[in-house]
Amino acid sequence: MAEAATPRNRLAVAGARATTQAMLREQPRGDVIRNTAFAALMLLAVMIALAGLIALVVQAFVKGSSALSPDLFTNPPSTAFPDKAGFRPAIIGSLELIAGVILFVVPIGIGAALYLEEYASKERWWNRLIEVNIQNLAAVPSIIYGILGLAFIVRGPLDLGFILVAGSMTLALLVLPMVIIASREAIRAVPDSIRQGSLALGATKWQTIRAQILPASVPGIATGVILAVSRALGETAPLLLVGATVFVTFDPTPFSADGYSAMPVQIFNYALRSQEEFQALAFAGIVVMLVVLLAMNSFAIWLRNRYEQRW
Amino acid sequence: MSDADRIRTPEPAGDLPRRLQAPSRRYGEKAIQGLLALCGVVSVLTTTAIVISLIGPTIGFFEIVPVDDFLFGVEWAPQFEPPSFGVLAIVAGTLNVTIWAMLFAIPVGLGSAIYLSEYARPRVRKTVKPVLEILAGIPTVAIGLFAVSFLLPEVIQPLWPGDFLGGATGKPFMALAAGLGIGLMVVPIIASLSDDAMSAVPRGLREGAYALGATRAKVATKVVFPAALSGIVASVVLAISRAVGETMIVVLAAGSTPKLTLNPVESIQAMTSYIAVTATGDIPTGSIDYKSVFAVGTVLFVMTLAMNVISIRLVRRYREVYD
Repeated sequence: MAEAATPRNRLAVAGARATTQAMLREQPRGDVIRNTAFAALMLLAVMIALAGLIALVVQAFVKGSSALSPDLFTNPPSTAFPDKAGFRPAIIGSLELIAGVILFVVPIGIGAALYLEEYASKERWWNRLIEVNIQNLAAVPSIIYGILGLAFIVRGPLDLGFILVAGSMTLALLVLPMVIIASREAIRAVPDSIRQGSLALGATKWQTIRAQILPASVPGIATGVILAVSRALGETAPLLLVGATVFVTFDPTPFSADGYSAMPVQIFNYALRSQEEFQALAFAGIVVMLVVLLAMNSFAIWLRNRYEQRW
Repeated sequence: MSDADRIRTPEPAGDLPRRLQAPSRRYGEKAIQGLLALCGVVSVLTTTAIVISLIGPTIGFFEIVPVDDFLFGVEWAPQFEPPSFGVLAIVAGTLNVTIWAMLFAIPVGLGSAIYLSEYARPRVRKTVKPVLEILAGIPTVAIGLFAVSFLLPEVIQPLWPGDFLGGATGKPFMALAAGLGIGLMVVPIIASLSDDAMSAVPRGLREGAYALGATRAKVATKVVFPAALSGIVASVVLAISRAVGETMIVVLAAGSTPKLTLNPVESIQAMTSYIAVTATGDIPTGSIDYKSVFAVGTVLFVMTLAMNVISIRLVRRYREVYD
């Protein structure tokens, strides 16, 4: 570089070098040590959290391995023969519960999200009330939903009795805020130009929503629904209050008053028994649930990445 | 006149060739809007139903048990004759568990958040964050079992200093085990939300500090942390509300002996676990036990509601600053 030799440049380079050296020299040793120690401490925090997760998963696999067999899926629970006991009624119960949750939560959740994003004017107090209310509901403890289910759905106004559908409705109310919040985000991500284009071509508001906005936001909504369903699948406490009885040896049906069971409730019951075989069953059940939940979550993430629209 | 002409030379506003109103009244559109609004109302109805279903039996409960005895009593013994319903004993149980959960989750969660937002390379952050979030999605019954069968015998009992506070050996349940389990569960809440808050701090603030010769640790603690404080506090408040409302972990790991103590190695009973073990299936409607469940539920609901309101307020304020 020819111009590097000019006095002006030489002066500038010398000045920069001197400043840099001064800064490096003046950095106190204490600062360097403190900085490194701080970074190590932060890394340690992440490691502790990850170690907890790994320990939980490994323990479930190790302790559940002896009970992991096809019997788990085909046999009913048993107190007399723990080595032959399984989760069949609980698995079927969980599947039916989840089907019910989807049936309730998808139309209501998307409907509420569409109303809040496309129709509701923020000027109106009742719309703000709905919004704040949903935020609050999202953080109400799950056991409170159990109380609601017991007092309002099982007994009280709806008076359905201890049937599986009552469990579905309780879980649906529990995850409804999650679905609404996720759907709203997906709908909000559709740019306004799409709406205006559609309206300008003469489409009505509902035609715009049905033909433009909903198709564009389906991946986001589906991701939210899957995450909500996986939350409902792992929920135990509210089900204890709305009649998920623990020992159901037959395949449950949605409206039967004979009782029903669910995976996490059955795991809970096995976990309460101190015999080695029942403990192994509980851990095996946890392994099954972890695999299913991990698959659902991965699918949700894949779905989001695969179909996410960049506008 | 051709179509093109009509576009170029619009008619005077006075006599438009067509009415601008829709040819029909579009009742269907109105009906759909009403239907969607109804879906939104479901959430308000849920809250109303929660409040109504709690209030009725709670009032019935206070007709039998004086409010003072309930709110300020320190003994919780529904099975005794005469029974005593001093809710402070099980509120203390909830606090006992929550304190230890937060003592674990706040440093670990905030440390993770600082690491993720200030130290980790983008690729590391992209992998570690979802992996941490898996923790939040694990069924709590699994975490409860993990707490009582691993954290308690393999972590707490070997590490506990001898006879300190009564010693930890030989105890099948303790508040600390449930606390650590809940702590593990809420770490991703704190880590993820605080990371979001810190990542939202404008780059310029960091670069300004670096230009003045600050180290990474200084930037993280003196610049980014204070700037994101309201978001961080909101995440912690949300985590506390989750910890207070958590049921299965305390049922499995904390025991069921109501005790007015904050001693971590004691077996205690929390509000949620009282509800869960009392209100299962065959409890007769109208009995005092049934009503007590709703009274405890009301206390729990009010506590978590207060924390949620604080958390929502804080988040809103922090959004105003950086949007």
